[in-house]
Amino acid sequence: MPRLLEIENLRTQFFTSAGTVRAVDGISYNVDEGEAAAIVGESGCGKSVSALSILRLIPDPPGRIVDGSIRFKGIDLLQLSDVEIRRVRGRRIAMVFQEPMTSLNPVLTIGLQLTETLTHHLGMTKEAARARAVELMGMVGISDPERRLSQYPHHFSGGMRQRVMIAMALCCEPELIIADEPTTALDVTIQAQILELMKDLTRRLGVALIIITHNLGVVARYADRVHVMYAGKIIEQGTARQIYHEPGHPYTIGLLHSVPRLDQPRKEKLAPIEGQPPDLARLDEGCAFRPRCRYAVERCATEIPPLEDMGDGHYSACWEKDKLPQPQRAAS
Amino acid sequence: MSVESAAPGADIGAAPSVAKGETLLEVRGLKKYFPITAGVMIQRTIAEVKAVDGISFDIRRGETLGLVGESGCGKTTTGRCILQLDRPSEGAIIFDGVNLVELDQRALSPYRQKIQVIFQDPYSSLNPRLKIGTIIGEPMKVHNIEPNVNKRRARVSELLSICGLDPRFADRYPHEMSGGQRQRVGIARALSLNPQFIICDEAVSALDVSIQAQVINLLEDLREEFHLTYLFIAHDLSVVRHLCHRVAVMYLGKIVEFAECDELYDNPLHPYTQLLLSAVPIPDPVTESKREHKMLKGEVPSPINPPSGCVFHPRCPIAVEGCSGAIPELRELRPGHWVACTEV
Ligand SMILES: Nc1ncnc2c1ncn2[C@@H]1O[C@H](COP(=O)(O)OP(=O)(O)O)[C@@H](O)[C@H]1O
Ligand SMILES: Nc1ncnc2c1ncn2[C@@H]1O[C@H](COP(=O)(O)OP(=O)(O)O)[C@@H](O)[C@H]1O
Ligand code: SF4
Ligand SMILES: [Mg+2]
Ligand SMILES: [Mg+2]
Repeated sequence: MPRLLEIENLRTQFFTSAGTVRAVDGISYNVDEGEAAAIVGESGCGKSVSALSILRLIPDPPGRIVDGSIRFKGIDLLQLSDVEIRRVRGRRIAMVFQEPMTSLNPVLTIGLQLTETLTHHLGMTKEAARARAVELMGMVGISDPERRLSQYPHHFSGGMRQRVMIAMALCCEPELIIADEPTTALDVTIQAQILELMKDLTRRLGVALIIITHNLGVVARYADRVHVMYAGKIIEQGTARQIYHEPGHPYTIGLLHSVPRLDQPRKEKLAPIEGQPPDLARLDEGCAFRPRCRYAVERCATEIPPLEDMGDGHYSACWEKDKLPQPQRAAS
Repeated sequence: MSVESAAPGADIGAAPSVAKGETLLEVRGLKKYFPITAGVMIQRTIAEVKAVDGISFDIRRGETLGLVGESGCGKTTTGRCILQLDRPSEGAIIFDGVNLVELDQRALSPYRQKIQVIFQDPYSSLNPRLKIGTIIGEPMKVHNIEPNVNKRRARVSELLSICGLDPRFADRYPHEMSGGQRQRVGIARALSLNPQFIICDEAVSALDVSIQAQVINLLEDLREEFHLTYLFIAHDLSVVRHLCHRVAVMYLGKIVEFAECDELYDNPLHPYTQLLLSAVPIPDPVTESKREHKMLKGEVPSPINPPSGCVFHPRCPIAVEGCSGAIPELRELRPGHWVACTEV
């Protein structure tokens, strides 16, 4: 598959009274056309900021993209004028957020919000937009679309609102959808419905997907390639199978030991990662994971480990990556 | 005898019963209906939310009972009824042989000490203007457990270290702590009154996985060290499997299935439980690629007008005509494994 998105050495910082927050600290990754990529990591590690940076939606001040390039089909998004980037947003790259209520206008009907995008971005006539809106609602599994288009966001349940957001994202037939924790606020059965819908539609329409989540199960079920973030950096990347079955970074190993399994009887106590993630305004030298790392050696305190290929496109940023034990995963 | 009709305080009867171990808490035929009122001058009740609609179960001393189900199914209301924060519309809450429903506020006071709660969002349950030391020490003062200031301070330090926090945190404010640390404060506060029973209502749900695992381990250690009994309310079914001895599955105010933990996860019998478990993604791509993903269609109906008969019937893949008629009773289909479905 040809490359769709190439992010290189992206650095986004917030200049606050508490100091410079290194929210995204030199990340690089690619997304191929039609691929489902996942960015996974715990809260505050820079997932959302990395996604917002792609669309240049970082509030300035206090934030700024200070370095790097983001090439989308060869065009560097960071070099585009404000007018040009606005034409990319929503049209070629769409976003779905965790809380659809904040992206929907509470006083406008769902129909108006959907058709507005169509008339505004695609120059459709009102009638054509209406017909397309009905079609989109059907695609995302909302029954009785004619009636529901005249309703307001508060008439919709959380799951239904997220379906509307997906319909909006699909409006302009984008090449990439970035979904930032799209199901975090939803119940697990609704989560399964929404993720299945996104997977099905993106595959059918050939749209690439970047799904941002803290849920390791969601990643395992839906992602092809996985990028694990910690403290503003990607510390491991590889296929889902590599990440879960041959994790190459102490943080990833720790995460996998921290989640209980639904499909296996309890064996022993969980083995959590001790301590907590660092303050991104006060990062020490060396590896950001060192204070919590069981495998740290001397050089971890002074030198930042680079993200390096361990073979087969599996990358890890750890000085000890070749010496790590493999967790006992049930070969099922 | 059906669970529905189990008389408050009556013999255990057909409720999920105690096979071994001593019973600490019995919930019998618990109902909680919230009135929905309308009218400007004269408020009249136009409908009722059937938040909890006739549930019965026991909790054994020292066990952790899991209460699972999707949001709105009545988990929190069940917990609040046990705590007597909500007075049940019907039913009995028998703690250590005493029906709390029959007690007045004064007589309840000792039970407010013995039964504690840990909430999901430690931030909203901690007063932002009070220092951590005061937050943890206050209940001891109110319940007159430790009137001496210095001894109380020492006890706060002890509780903080038991919960894995530096005793110096006593001088900090809630906003100066991370989510995981605040949850530990919530636990320390719950422990301050030497409770026997703790209701953990989504106590680890808001935490990141690495921090969540720390708090899960802490809860387990405390259960052993202080011989605690937990009602563990959660929507995360993986965490519940790890932490609980037995599990009750709720749907629209009813218990639809009840079993020993591994039995429930390995042999779910109720169609709702089966679909619920199928929806949970497992953190293993190989397992996931082999698993059948059965989708639960639609959304949970309103508890104001719950479906007739089996409340699950409109969404149930195996429903037959009779399912919209009679309400299915919990039946013990395997030892200790209770299911409210006539078609299994
Ligand atoms: N507007 C902002 N001002 C200051 N700091 C911010 C702002 N937005 C995000 N940050 C900081 O950037 C870091 C990364 O945040 P975010 O990308 O939202 O994390 P995640 O999505 O992984 O939970 C955090 O430390 C956060 O506090
Ligand atoms: N004080 C209240 N007044 C009216 N309805 C309520 C009240 N508390 C809860 N409910 C309703 O009762 C049902 C069960 O709620 P709850 O016990 O909080 O569920 P859960 O904890 O399982 O998410 C929901 O439909 C909820 O909206
Ligand atoms: S580089 Fe060192 S401190 Fe960082 S994860 Fe690897 S071993 Fe641990
Ligand atoms: Mg985020
Ligand atoms: Mg609740």
